Amino acid sequence: MNKHQHEILIIGAGIAGLSAALEACYGGEVAVISKVFPIRSHSVAAQGGTAAALGNMEEDHWEWHFYDTVKGSDFLGDQDAQAIFCYDAIKMAYYLEHLGVPFSRNENGKILQRYFGGHYSQFGQGPPVRRACVAADRIGQAMLHTLFGECLRRKIKFYNEFLVTHLLFHKDGCCGCIAWDLVKGEIHIFHAKLILLATGGYARLFQFSTNSAINTGDGLGMILNAGLPLEDLEFIQFHPTGLYPWGFLMSEAVRGEGGYLLNQAGERFMERYAPTKMELAPRDVVARAIQMEIELSGNPYVYLDLRHLSEDFIQERLPQVKEMAFKFAGINIKKELIPVAPAAHYTMGGIPVNIDGEVLADGKKEAMPGLFAAGECACISIHGANRLGTNSTMECAVFGHRAGKKMASLVKKTNYLPLPKEQISLALEEINHLFVQPPKISIAELRQQLQVSMMQNCGILRDQSRLKKQLIIIQDLKEVYKKIGLKGIPRTFNLAFEEVWELRNMLNIAEAVVISALAREESRGAHYRIDFPKRDDKNWLKHTLIWKKEDKLNLDYKPVVITQFPPSERFF
Amino acid sequence: MQKKFIIQRFCPEKDKIPYWQIYEIDCQEDWTVLDALEAIRAFDPTLTYRRVCRHGVCGSCAMNINGFNSLACETRIASLPKNIKIRPLPGFPIIRDLVVDLERLYQNYTVIKPYLIASSPPEKEYIQSLEERHLLDGFYECLLCGACTSACPTFWVNQNFLGPGIFLQACRFILDSRDKGFNLRKEILRKSDIWRCHGILNCVEACPKGLNPFQAIMHLRKILLFGGKR
Ligand SMILES: Cc1cc2nc3c(=O)[nH]c(=O)nc-3n(C[C@H](O)[C@H](O)[C@H](O)COP(=O)(O)OP(=O)(O)OC[C@H]3O[C@@H](n4cnc5c(N)ncnc54)[C@H](O)[C@@H]3O)c2cc1C
Repeated sequence: MNKHQHEILIIGAGIAGLSAALEACYGGEVAVISKVFPIRSHSVAAQGGTAAALGNMEEDHWEWHFYDTVKGSDFLGDQDAQAIFCYDAIKMAYYLEHLGVPFSRNENGKILQRYFGGHYSQFGQGPPVRRACVAADRIGQAMLHTLFGECLRRKIKFYNEFLVTHLLFHKDGCCGCIAWDLVKGEIHIFHAKLILLATGGYARLFQFSTNSAINTGDGLGMILNAGLPLEDLEFIQFHPTGLYPWGFLMSEAVRGEGGYLLNQAGERFMERYAPTKMELAPRDVVARAIQMEIELSGNPYVYLDLRHLSEDFIQERLPQVKEMAFKFAGINIKKELIPVAPAAHYTMGGIPVNIDGEVLADGKKEAMPGLFAAGECACISIHGANRLGTNSTMECAVFGHRAGKKMASLVKKTNYLPLPKEQISLALEEINHLFVQPPKISIAELRQQLQVSMMQNCGILRDQSRLKKQLIIIQDLKEVYKKIGLKGIPRTFNLAFEEVWELRNMLNIAEAVVISALAREESRGAHYRIDFPKRDDKNWLKHTLIWKKEDKLNLDYKPVVITQFPPSERFF
Repeated sequence: MQKKFIIQRFCPEKDKIPYWQIYEIDCQEDWTVLDALEAIRAFDPTLTYRRVCRHGVCGSCAMNINGFNSLACETRIASLPKNIKIRPLPGFPIIRDLVVDLERLYQNYTVIKPYLIASSPPEKEYIQSLEERHLLDGFYECLLCGACTSACPTFWVNQNFLGPGIFLQACRFILDSRDKGFNLRKEILRKSDIWRCHGILNCVEACPKGLNPFQAIMHLRKILLFGGKR
């Protein structure tokens, strides 16, 4: 058996994991595990920008950003965390720039900023403000590569292409994990004092999605299996503009830079849904508007129009969008309209943590010793019911950093807890069992059935009957899943093993998502119930918690932290 | 659209040498090679390759398709002939099927110190003019997919040669007006066998992002010969 011991173990090498590693290494020895080589992590795909009220283009203040984030979240975000976020974002943007992120520049040589949906001046009363810090339309790559380079400088230890399958718990806290070396097909046991989950989101639950194939919510799956709670899973952001029919992201930067939306009749239909903010209304509003147009016309997409923008401008600000439209759809965006439809994009829900990234064992106050989470897999909650564009890469950086700092401060005072022998042998049994059953069931088909049905029944527009139907579908799929086997498939780089494990997590999370969504009888942010179209603060101004006990999912709720901005109705 | 995929297979647990396997499948008009591979995997889960983002930004699925190193996820089936021959990136050891061991590429990346070397930053951002920033265009976009390096005969035969993609990355840092590691980087490059590039330009042809590693090599040579950053 391969055994390793590290003081601090970080699972996930996206922006959140690497940001945490860079701070944690000041306090102790750090290792990072990732199922893909770090710069392949999904963070590399972020396009539009990263939020910070630098005021490089016009007046801006972190308090305005704070207000927009609160309002954007449809008042479900926790305002204590949101305030820290907006305040720290400014320092963090400079920190990232100092590390070498190749930001685009304005005439004064400062970081270029652009418009993005939901970001305004004067506490939502003024005109839109340019707050998204830009590296052409490649902010994710610019940030991730830079952070990775810095980790190499600091000689942080990486275990790449290692898939974590189980977390290990002693009665006094989290103490390790089991991982599968994908290349060699071997099991490894990791023993650690402190563990951070930064495993990213779960928008791959849906068929039409902007996400990487690997965004299957593994961290959440492990938490659920450990009997710990997850928060606000029902809030899934659909990005308004996925390139039809693939779902690849046409960045919101397109609209920020002046692109329009048109329906089949050639109308700028946003006039009817968000008369003042138009295409720059928040994502939930725009995505719903597009979905309504799609259902009205029966045509599966609407159009993005960029034809009025100059060639040079497009090349400078939106090169990737231009390239993608051409490569995949053969579209010259200067001359033709781009077919787009809403695509599952970002998952607001996740592992409940406090502002230092400590995982909350009861979902509320009590921290689980040794366990942390940051980035898209965590729910702090900054984004509440709807995330503003560009707030997430910055969340990963700010709260990855904070969690790393906290771990650095704790690590020398923390001891290694003994590894739980019984859990380990159970886990090994589970893994080995897969290699005993014959491969009769198609993993790909099962996954597709899940993704297609989630799209249909738990997508942008929801109601009770669809959600109930979906619950039954998932339970049936879980039965089929039990028959999956990998017998005879050699262990070396066994991609099927990874997919089986991911699918297991997806099925478990999907069930929790649907149960959470079914219970929330109101419409708020990204969660829209046709049968309950109004926001209901009296009954539902609260976070959902869901956890597994003896194979049954239980629900509980906790209040939203409101410090400064009392809930009010949203108009755009 | 019926297509024939001729795919190189190899599994160290059971094969001594690689062999070809043929799959004939019905493809949709808008599929990419990655979509086709996924369709094959749906009935043959033993086939293995890397894939992550599916839209040409992560660099995982670089492989050799009909003789060209490409990203499977952005190679349209419709642009290919009826017979599609796929093998792993040449020049790297094979792990299994289309998955190669990129360790040498990744090691070489660390050699060039892929981070900003600077001290005492200002309170806010460094000021970098538009012109200075423009110098990075064409260099910072590299995904480290390995397509160019794999196409380079010098890389195949010379263990000391860092490879085109890595030289491009070195240029990215040298050209950055914020970087103060110029002398250090020059020393590293001096030892790198950069002079062994024969200008075959395979790398330029192979880059799925349309970057020009050869230009980077020429630039670095100029610096080594004549000094000066630009
Ligand atoms: C196309 C697209 C564009 C976007 N654009 C923007 C934007 O412009 N601005 C913005 O702010 N946000 C944007 N986002 C959102 C943002 O990119 C993500 O929310 C963010 O990058 C998530 O980072 P992360 O560090 O939490 O996780 P990820 O980057 O997803 O990384 C997860 C890591 O966990 C590892 N991992 C997962 N499971 C396991 C396991 N079982 N074992 C081992 N390792 C595991 C993976 O290997 C990976 O390293 C965009 C998202 C998409 C899809």
